[in-house]
Amino acid sequence: MDYLLSEEQIMVRDLARKIAQEKLKDRVAEFDQQEKFPWPIIKLIAEADLFGVYIEEKYGGMGAGILELCLVTEEISRVCGGVAVSYAASALGTDPIILFGTEAQKKKYLPDLASGKKLAAFGLTEPNAGSDAGAIETTAKKDGGNYIINGTKHFITNGSEAETYVIVAMTDKSKGSRGSSAFIVEKGTPGFSFGKKEEKMGIRTSTTSELIFNDCKIPKENLLGKEGMGFIVTMKTFDMSRPGVAAQALGIAQGALDLALEYSRQRQQFGKPISSFQGIQFMLADMATQIEAARGLVYNTAKMIDSGNLKVSKESAMCKLFASDVAMKVTTDAVQIFGGYGYMRDYPIEKFMRDAKITQIYEGTNQIQRSIIATNLIKESLAASKKTGK
Amino acid sequence: MDIIVCIKQVPDTTDVRINPDTNTLVRDGVASIINPFDMYAIEEGLRLKERFGGKVTVITMGPPQSEAALREALSLGVDQAVLLSDRAFAGSDTLATSYALAAGIKKIGVYDVIICGKQAIDGDTAQVGPGISVWLDIPQVTFVKKIEETKQEKGKNIFRLERMVEEGYEVIEVPLPCLITVVKEINEPRMPSLKGMMRSKKAEIIKWTAENINADEKNIGLDGSPTQVVRIFTPSPRKGGQILHGEPDEVADKLAEFLKENIN
Amino acid sequence: MGLEIIQDKCVGCRLCLKSCPYDALEMVNSIAVVKDNCILCGACVDSCKFEAIILRKHEDLSVSEDAFEDVWVFAEQKKGVIQSVTYELLGEGKKLAQKRRQNLAAVLLGDKIKKEAKKLIERGADKVYVVESPALKDYQAQIYSNVLTKLVRDYKPEIVLTGATSIGRSLIPRVAVELKTGLTADCTGLDIDEEKGMLLQTRPAFGGNIMATIICPHRRPQMATVRHKVMKEAEVDTKYKGQIIEINPKDFSLNSDTRLIDMVEELEETVNLTEADIIVSGGRGVGSGDNFKIIEELAKSMGAAVGASRAAVDSGFKPYSHQVGQTGKTVCPKVYFACGISGQIQHLVGMQSSDIIVAINKDPDAPIFKVATYGIVGDLFKVIPALIKRFQKK
Repeated sequence: MDYLLSEEQIMVRDLARKIAQEKLKDRVAEFDQQEKFPWPIIKLIAEADLFGVYIEEKYGGMGAGILELCLVTEEISRVCGGVAVSYAASALGTDPIILFGTEAQKKKYLPDLASGKKLAAFGLTEPNAGSDAGAIETTAKKDGGNYIINGTKHFITNGSEAETYVIVAMTDKSKGSRGSSAFIVEKGTPGFSFGKKEEKMGIRTSTTSELIFNDCKIPKENLLGKEGMGFIVTMKTFDMSRPGVAAQALGIAQGALDLALEYSRQRQQFGKPISSFQGIQFMLADMATQIEAARGLVYNTAKMIDSGNLKVSKESAMCKLFASDVAMKVTTDAVQIFGGYGYMRDYPIEKFMRDAKITQIYEGTNQIQRSIIATNLIKESLAASKKTGK
Repeated sequence: MDIIVCIKQVPDTTDVRINPDTNTLVRDGVASIINPFDMYAIEEGLRLKERFGGKVTVITMGPPQSEAALREALSLGVDQAVLLSDRAFAGSDTLATSYALAAGIKKIGVYDVIICGKQAIDGDTAQVGPGISVWLDIPQVTFVKKIEETKQEKGKNIFRLERMVEEGYEVIEVPLPCLITVVKEINEPRMPSLKGMMRSKKAEIIKWTAENINADEKNIGLDGSPTQVVRIFTPSPRKGGQILHGEPDEVADKLAEFLKENIN
Repeated sequence: MGLEIIQDKCVGCRLCLKSCPYDALEMVNSIAVVKDNCILCGACVDSCKFEAIILRKHEDLSVSEDAFEDVWVFAEQKKGVIQSVTYELLGEGKKLAQKRRQNLAAVLLGDKIKKEAKKLIERGADKVYVVESPALKDYQAQIYSNVLTKLVRDYKPEIVLTGATSIGRSLIPRVAVELKTGLTADCTGLDIDEEKGMLLQTRPAFGGNIMATIICPHRRPQMATVRHKVMKEAEVDTKYKGQIIEINPKDFSLNSDTRLIDMVEELEETVNLTEADIIVSGGRGVGSGDNFKIIEELAKSMGAAVGASRAAVDSGFKPYSHQVGQTGKTVCPKVYFACGISGQIQHLVGMQSSDIIVAINKDPDAPIFKVATYGIVGDLFKVIPALIKRFQKK
């Protein structure tokens, strides 16, 4: 499918592809087994200027947008979803600053994030607050010119590897969902430490860890937006970042399809390559079509965001929902095509299935995505019928 | 430091195949790339610039499409690119090529070190680098695997280099200006960066013809090439033997028997 | 001058298009047309079944060929020891000299090296030109090329052969450019053209995918380098008589801008790869540097040397000194084991003249099986231990 990408977009995509294919491919199994953060590759991606594709030029970025971010994420995911999420999660932690940061905050934090010198992370989830983001218990108490933060975040991607963290904490519990605020916290701030590093089913090279706040004092200048805007910051950030997760899922699906296709041509049974059997052919056709449909949805959502459209919640949720479900189905089918070999760790395909699962869960479970879509549909329907007076 | 790197655009010979039916080269889909050894030369040039300051110029002699190779070099961070292109250069063997490149380098004028890759993967001769150093009358060191350090002696800059030989390596000191050819052990070439690629897109390539570089027509192209190809053929393929079947232990026994027969 | 398509003969079959490695031919109105980027390599000429392509070259009569005579071999020495590639060149050079009814001579440069000259005579050299000087003790590009260039200018050999070694490939291109004559590198075949008496130099090109035969019709001497282990060594004849001609070192400029400070040896194994009778090589299929131990064990069980494909070296399993192939070493052992090596042409070029090739690979379609004397389709991690067990018994 020709997505009519611009010359620059093709350049970005091809550069990411080159790095992924030439420098990452041979080390995927190593990174997965050692479960260590892939700093060597992150460094290469940074040196290629890819961290800043969606950040404005005046802060050191390329001045392009979310589509370019998706292109890079997809190409890296084709080779390793774990490295890709380490890249994309930094964007997740950077988006709040782009959307709600003051000029001073942008000038302070964006340049290093654009150059990839520093990574970012977004800290919302807590043991008792997953989908129910309103139930967070981390507090931020105003104290003169500072805020004191107490609490624990967990399951944070890039936790302990990132330097710049955007975390959401309760500033006024009485206000319920309007009682949280977003803050920028730098690594090394006294009272801010890291806890358990999780051992995961997939994306094992990515670091997922706890953030522990123990009377962590941060200057009030680190408040993002206004007090009480925590929920809005979160929602708007996710609207912008969901295509990134979708792109990760897309890349994982594409990578799995590529492997399955190649394998089906080489593997001979009953005197023929298995790619000549209709059963396999139909599977491959469905996989490819689903991926292409997901890609169209993701790219177009990204284009919508880049065009300045702020009302993208529904589309953003759709592309994340669809791409991640496709990734899970495609990778499962890919393992099936590999047969017995697909189950063996010697072969690269089982990793794709393990990696795909998380895309249906994080940055809003697919159940939450469906809620968002439904809510928006009903809102739109209501607005439409008000117009026609029905 | 003024650094000049000589590069060549070559077909990716790892992809070139022979059509067994027609006995000819199958070129479909064979990409044109920068000669792999030249990538190491470019990287070393960039590292010298990072170490000592200065400028890296990349130069190539080839048909107009060699421009793509020059732009790729620019996207890596090279400062300037020169294309020597002229129908009069066609048919050059290594003597004529080294002459033309030397003439182009003379026109650039200023240089402290000229870096070439060890050999080109289509010709495989490794002759052009040393040839250039003779035309320019500067010392050469081939198969350099490390530039250890630089120092000054009697007002001249000197490189202390490691040169790879069969048994290990030699340590050699050479005054600048000099020419070196490099091997893959010398460094790890960098990836292009987006900013580099954008710069490369907009950059102007300096293009010179044979006249621009004051090339003597006797020394270029077919006329300047003492060697000629009279015949190209596909090598007669070595015939395969037999496949041994069975469990590893069986196969090992069979093989040992065959080898015993055939060697002793 | 250039490539010409004879339009009357061209039938538009497009075979030439497919044969061009540079995509320099195109079809216009069903006739082949040469594009701007043609480099006159001649690959299409052979591919045309209708003789519709001609490669025209200018006749260049810059040098009278009659004044040149004799076949010379540059005798490479390291630390005063003549390298075996020299004996291979003498073997081949003798054949050429006989066909030309001329003498075979060797050029020996070094310090206190004269006593080695008789070794060259024993291998068939009719003359040995010796230049002795402390300045010539170790190879240095400028000095050696000054000496050899002057010797060639003074004595005018018709053919000069050198080993394609780190010395030869550094030295000879310089001499060729000084003399403005033609040099063909890495020849795998040398012969004399019966009609014109020219040296026919055959060598691989395009990574070994094709062979090219090259001549140097109008300049002398005709120069060629030959890889180690490609030709057979000349036999020793202690009764052979030859002349030793000593040249005064003062006749030459022995200055060098470069200075050789040190020579660091890095020979890992006791069995040198290029001299070994049995070689066990590992490729990408071995998987890791650690896994290479299994290759080393197999080698040890037979007193063999260890080789590696380019893929294995690039992945860091083994250092470059073990690389066999187009950009590595050429070997011709009695037995070559290719383990987990797919058999790309670039690797084959470096080992296909081995007497026996044993291939172990889990992919039955690997190209290596087309050239292997004995092929084993299987997991090398299972087959090799079985082989080790078996070979240790014998």
